Amino acid sequence: MSQLILTWSVAIAQLMLGVSICCAALRLMRGPRAQDRILALDTFYVNAMLLLLAFGMQSGQTVYFEVALGIALLGFVSTVALAKFLMRGEVIE
Amino acid sequence: MTRYLPFPLLSLGLMVIWLLMNQTLAPAHILLGATLGVIGGRLLHKLQLPPTGFKRPVAAARLAARVFADIARSNVAVARIILLPKTRNASSGFVDISLRMRSPYGLACLACIITAAPGTCWVDYDPNKNLLRIHVLDLIDEQAWKATVTHRYETLLMEIFE
Amino acid sequence: MMIDADLPLWLATLIALCLLVGAALSLTGSIGLLRLKTFFERIHSPTLATSYGTAGVVLASILYFSALQSRLVVHELLIGLFVTLTTPVTLMVLARAVLHRDRYGDKTRAPGDERRSTTKR
Repeated sequence: MSQLILTWSVAIAQLMLGVSICCAALRLMRGPRAQDRILALDTFYVNAMLLLLAFGMQSGQTVYFEVALGIALLGFVSTVALAKFLMRGEVIE
Repeated sequence: MTRYLPFPLLSLGLMVIWLLMNQTLAPAHILLGATLGVIGGRLLHKLQLPPTGFKRPVAAARLAARVFADIARSNVAVARIILLPKTRNASSGFVDISLRMRSPYGLACLACIITAAPGTCWVDYDPNKNLLRIHVLDLIDEQAWKATVTHRYETLLMEIFE
Repeated sequence: MMIDADLPLWLATLIALCLLVGAALSLTGSIGLLRLKTFFERIHSPTLATSYGTAGVVLASILYFSALQSRLVVHELLIGLFVTLTTPVTLMVLARAVLHRDRYGDKTRAPGDERRSTTKR
């Protein structure tokens, strides 16, 4: 019984996170302005990170955790760099 | 003590992060983490930051509990606005709040709290007039938001950092 | 693919609850990204995923792996820590960049903009 609960809840959670990645991708394509795309990218990577955690639970391996940590760090740096680019048109002044 | 550990809490935090990352409590890793903490603290010392003045851990714990509860509440509120847009009876807008707090660490904490809570976002801060501008998704009563920020957060933060 | 970990029923239910609440909050945030009308309304929606959405999934992961390996596995806390520390910074930098662009207009227009007006938020 508990295996059934776990399997289905992980599957449903993966489905929900996948749909939310699709929503973010739609906003990323639709725009309309550059800041909307950056915000969508931010949402995109956070959801991808959560999806990786769910994959880790499905497989029972902790490798996915390290990938998720990498995504969290890279996503933060890239979003800040993009926002900085929006402000000045340059990343490094 | 202060020469080698200018920021003891930060050094401890770095060591804990190192141990969490390696998932171990082996003495060798504790030593490595402690080295990392000392080096990190000294590097930060080179940046010549003003002293934090952090004193009241009990008040900080109270603030943390309050923030967790508020974030939970605003999660529900924002989820309702998104999923049931028909029931929404207010529009979003900007609120200007004049603050009394001057401590940069207190302001940084306030910024993180306001932005981390769904429904509010720190937009701009004018250090000359000490005027804060936030964006609120569910703007029913401007005075209520001003009171929330100044009474619920600012007084406690001033207690902690000033 | 079937998960064949034999956990007690109450624990499995708790894990499932945390996971589903976290995923549902993230989904709500992303739907809000599509549904809300203006940029400054949309900036609130990712915080749903980064506050209790992440907390729910991370908590479920901690509980699951701790029960699976029958020891305390808490390294997922690092992800929660990073996300809660970095999201306010990103959103604040983004909000300030947008204000700056609105104030100083077309000089800083970035590629990918379809709208040329400077007053629209």
